[in-house]
This record gives sequence, structure tokens and C-alpha cells, in this order.
Amino acid sequence: MLDCGANPAGQEIAGMSSDRIIQVERDILGKNDRLAADNRARFHADEVLAFNLVSSPGAGKTSLLVRAVSELKDSFPIGVIEGDQQTSNDAERIRATGVAAIQVNTGKGCHLDAAMVGQAYDRLPWLNGGILFIENVGNLVCPAAFDLGEACKIVVFSTTEGEDKPLKYPDMFAAASLMLINKIDLAPVLDFDLAKTVEYARRVNPDIEVMTVSARTGEGFSAFYAWIRRRWAKAKQAEMAMQG
Amino acid sequence: MHEMALCEGIIGIVEEEARKRSFTKVNVVCLEIGALSHVAPEAMKFCFEAVAARTIARGARLEIVETPGMAWCMACSESVEIKQRYEPCPSCGGYQLQVTGGEEMRVRELEVD
Repeated sequence: MLDCGANPAGQEIAGMSSDRIIQVERDILGKNDRLAADNRARFHADEVLAFNLVSSPGAGKTSLLVRAVSELKDSFPIGVIEGDQQTSNDAERIRATGVAAIQVNTGKGCHLDAAMVGQAYDRLPWLNGGILFIENVGNLVCPAAFDLGEACKIVVFSTTEGEDKPLKYPDMFAAASLMLINKIDLAPVLDFDLAKTVEYARRVNPDIEVMTVSARTGEGFSAFYAWIRRRWAKAKQAEMAMQG
Repeated sequence: MHEMALCEGIIGIVEEEARKRSFTKVNVVCLEIGALSHVAPEAMKFCFEAVAARTIARGARLEIVETPGMAWCMACSESVEIKQRYEPCPSCGGYQLQVTGGEEMRVRELEVD
């Protein structure tokens, strides 16, 4: 293959036009992916299990986190990174539980990126062997594309949303390992069709795990905590195996 | 509108290449965008013009080569083409599909002076 672009001095080659075709072959998100890999290495070194929580606005991510961190904080060191376009309301709600939280305001941005998470992680206390919850900006589109270095994405879906949301926003449901169906206490008054929601989610992601919860009543949270503990034990085991 | 952030990523790559390979003008930026990636090509073109305005890529044409969405159907044990993530296997109608291609978002090549 003749690669004119590889000509390091950049001078003209006799007989060729001044237009050059340069082969680049680089991922558009390459820079974010490199920073995400750095984050992942740091989480790994600190033995921190990081979850990236995504949802549409109003699905109840923060309420869910407030309950989860309150009930898990005696078992694990926990830190929270809160992403919103504006305000520090969510971080304040987390801090009220006694858990450290850093608010990232993305301004006009519609998602967290790996650089923001790296900077926020610097400002958290050392979470040695603990859990980091990253609450992304409420948006089912953009955060799907940006790896933050997390162990996995958790998509929070609520019963007040349409059952077909996984079909309307397939990228996010394809990227998530776990779907938490929140506000399950409201399901009876909403004619919410759980089976249909799960069926649609598995059409875009046959492997997605599904749990129903209510951040208001606490229903379903013990199963969620058991899931977290399994993930944590698995990460620990992988760590031990690597150390031989 | 994450196409804006993606366009900033493209410009970052173009500027790095310009430093490495000493060119000063870009005529065409050619992208490879998978059918199952996170990009709407039309939105990308719109944003690119705005983001490129004060950079080395000012006025450059954005060409987008779309690559097909491919998946492995576990039921059929064969590779099939899909246009969307929620589509069933065109052979058996099932949803036991593992996406194998069509998620790319790459800068393939540049035409420069």
C-alpha cells in the first residue's frame, strides 16, 4: 500500500498532486477511551468497584442512590460522583446521608466524560476496597457512548415511563448490565406491563439482568444489594487470581 | 447533542495529525460510522461545520461511510445484518443476537494540502 500520509517530513513527492490522502484510522472517542482506561486502572489499584448509573431525567436515580448509600455505608467505603448540567442539589442530598459526594456540573454538556470523572475522583476521600457510584446526567442518549472507566452501567427505568423505552433508546439498554425498574410501588395504578418491558429490554440486550425496586418503600433493595455484593466478591476473586 | 462532543474529538484528531504530518489545510474528513453506533450522520454534519469553523478543518467536507450492523444469531449460528439493535434475526425472527460489527466511529482518512 502506498501511504503518502506516512511521509514524515511532509514534503511533496514528485509527480503527485498537492492533495494528499492521509490514512488515519483512529477512533473518534479514542481520547475519552484512553482516559477511561486510566480511571479503570486507578479504580482497580484502589480495589474500587465503580457503577455508572444512567436513566432519563426523573426516573429516580438520586432517590435510589440516597437509599442505597445510607444502607450500604456501614459495609463499604462509598463515594458518589453526581453529574448534572447545573446545581449541586443532588450532591447535597447524598452528603446529607454522611457519604462523600462530588458534584460535576457539565454546563451545556449532556453527559459525563472520563476526564470529568477522573478529576472528581481525585477530590473524593480514598475509597480503598469500596464502591463508587457515578450518577450520570439524566439522558438516555449521549451517556451511552462515553466510557467512564466503570465496571458496568446500571440503567434505571421507572414504571411511569413507557414500556417501549428500551426500543426507543436501544443504545443505552444495550450498554447496561443491569436494569433497575424503579417506582414498582406505583405499578398497580399505572397498568404498567412488567413482562413487556423486560421483553423489550432483552430484545436489545439478551443478557441484561432485571430487578424491580422502589426507592420510596425500599422494596427490592435487598436483591440489589445482593447483586452488588456478588459483583464485589467477583472483582475481589479476579484480583486474587491475578495476584496468584 | 453528543455529536458536538464527537466533532470536538474529530477536530482534536485532525489537529494532532496536522502537527505530526505537517499539513495546513484539510479538504475532506472521511469518517467511518457504523449503523449501530451512537451517531446520527445528519446531526454530525451540522455540528462539524460549527465546531470546525475556527480550526484547521474550516470549510472541510465531511464524508461519512456507513458500515452495516452485523450480529451473530445464536439460534441460527450465523452472521446476519441488522439495521437497528431491536431488530430480530432476518432468518429466524428471534432476538438472541450478539452485535459483532457496525458500532465503529472512526476517522478513516483525511484529504489535505
